[in-house]
Amino acid sequence: MTLSSKDLIQASPIESDQETLEIALEQLRGRVSDRAFTGETMLLNMGPQHPSTHGVLRLLLELDGETIVNCLPDIGYLHTGIEKSMEAQRYEQALVMTDRMDYLNNLGNNLAYCLAVEKLCELDVPPRAQYIRVIMAELQRIASHLVWLGTHVLDLGATSLLLYAFREREHILDMFEMVSGQRMMGNYIRPGGIWRDLTDDFIPALRRFLDYMPGKIDDYERLLNENPFFIDRTKGIGVIPPEVAIDWSLTGPALRGSGVNFDIRKAIPYSSYDHFEFDVPLGTNGDVYDRYRVRIEEMRQSLRIIHQALDNLPGGPFRSTNRKFVPPPRSELGHSMEAVIHHFKLWTEGFKAPKGEVYVRVESPRGELGVYLVGDGGPRPYRIHFRTPSFMNLQSLGVVAQGHMVADLVAIIGSVDIVLGDCDR
Amino acid sequence: MSDHLMSIASKIKERFPEAVTDIREFRGEVTVVVERQAIVEVATFCRDDDDLRFNLLSSLSGVDYWPEEPRFAVNYVLYSLDHNHTIRLKTYAPGNDAVVPSVTGVWKGANWPEREVWDMFGVKFEGHPDLRRILLPYDWTGHPLRKDYPLGHEEVQFSFNYERVQSRKPHPKE
Repeated sequence: MTLSSKDLIQASPIESDQETLEIALEQLRGRVSDRAFTGETMLLNMGPQHPSTHGVLRLLLELDGETIVNCLPDIGYLHTGIEKSMEAQRYEQALVMTDRMDYLNNLGNNLAYCLAVEKLCELDVPPRAQYIRVIMAELQRIASHLVWLGTHVLDLGATSLLLYAFREREHILDMFEMVSGQRMMGNYIRPGGIWRDLTDDFIPALRRFLDYMPGKIDDYERLLNENPFFIDRTKGIGVIPPEVAIDWSLTGPALRGSGVNFDIRKAIPYSSYDHFEFDVPLGTNGDVYDRYRVRIEEMRQSLRIIHQALDNLPGGPFRSTNRKFVPPPRSELGHSMEAVIHHFKLWTEGFKAPKGEVYVRVESPRGELGVYLVGDGGPRPYRIHFRTPSFMNLQSLGVVAQGHMVADLVAIIGSVDIVLGDCDR
Repeated sequence: MSDHLMSIASKIKERFPEAVTDIREFRGEVTVVVERQAIVEVATFCRDDDDLRFNLLSSLSGVDYWPEEPRFAVNYVLYSLDHNHTIRLKTYAPGNDAVVPSVTGVWKGANWPEREVWDMFGVKFEGHPDLRRILLPYDWTGHPLRKDYPLGHEEVQFSFNYERVQSRKPHPKE
């Protein structure tokens, strides 16, 4: 039996190996089937150091031959206590931690957090900043989907696509570097707007990217859509019926792959998403293949949104001028006493948010990213909770994986698209 | 939108006059405060009523108001895919009896979030099928998101204080 007592959940320290094994098994009673106790089925650890679990996800599998009887996901290997740390930081300082949660959706996390702070403080955001936020969020969505595509099909055996996907992603990261100075942890979106205006080289680079990218998405589809190996591994695998998906609180492409039309950008528009025309791609069967098609189509829709946002990009300020919350530009400090006072107040004690609680949701590449923020009248968040899509989407894995082969489990994990940093926070 | 949400809240209040203790509105969001004994009934009503149809549990989170009493609060953010409206249920539990009935029977998606609240706040969910720690190691002591749990830090190890810091470092149990 491939069972190490130390690896099992809640194993107690006991000397004898046989005794340990029995106690550890006893603690799993109710979570694995009774056949595991007679030795008929095998318990096997997958992860946490396994390339196809996309991070540090550990799965305790109960296997009958190669068929999964039960799958118990175990998370928390990347838990960094971000929510607790944020309670000790001022609102502006806490922003940097949001980048580190979902490391494929840095600017999307910034956006969700800033929208929550803005809602709590009733802070206005100029239209130009809202449009730039949309451009950034959609570029981030494409970048995230590219990483998903590359790694997902790599798990299924298509090695070369990883290189193509990362090649295209590099263009996006270069653009992030142009505007924010950082490829990944941009910290570009701030409460009240954005950190600085678009740089001169950004818009030409974005135009080039918009011309370049659609052909590449066509290439991916030519490689995969009718590829018999890909279809064998994905069609009819990991089917999530719509009512199951809703019951398990799935959101994002995993929910839309099952044909449920729920996209927060359409349903509860934020950051002027209602100004743009785009479609919400839906699947029909809810299998791995449909979730792949949904994400590919979402990349095209994102390009469509970026096109519209770029063509109609309004002028004007890029950050709110409410000096109680937003620091004055450096140039004002030399000649305005008031600017010096605001600067001093904001950098020494930060801004105070009123007492109250808000919940803001945005559509991250993985689903609903919700921020629940409680203010107590002070400069620090009293409590902040991130409802992260990876965490909520992963809990249904045990149900979806039942009855599948181990190799299919890899396809299912890939198709749900989890980021463990997002999951464990 | 807010009027619509208030009418939903008053509908819940009409159905459960004793259980609903307060209706709050803040920044266009409506919170219905519910007695914890009735949370499962109210949640089932919210899910099944034709005008409400809150079929998606968006978020479930805990708050610690220490040293105030009742100390803990649990928030349920509900969303209706059919009617596109959202509301928040809130329930309180005192510090000496931090137990709230589980809503896993209403929405299966409450499973992990409730485990997270147990892990981080030590609020027990009665009737939860598998209430274990989820993010922290199984042998962790305490519940870190409680307000009386200190925020720790790691001392930086240099060559001159290597031994001293090393001897104080917590290590996992053997």
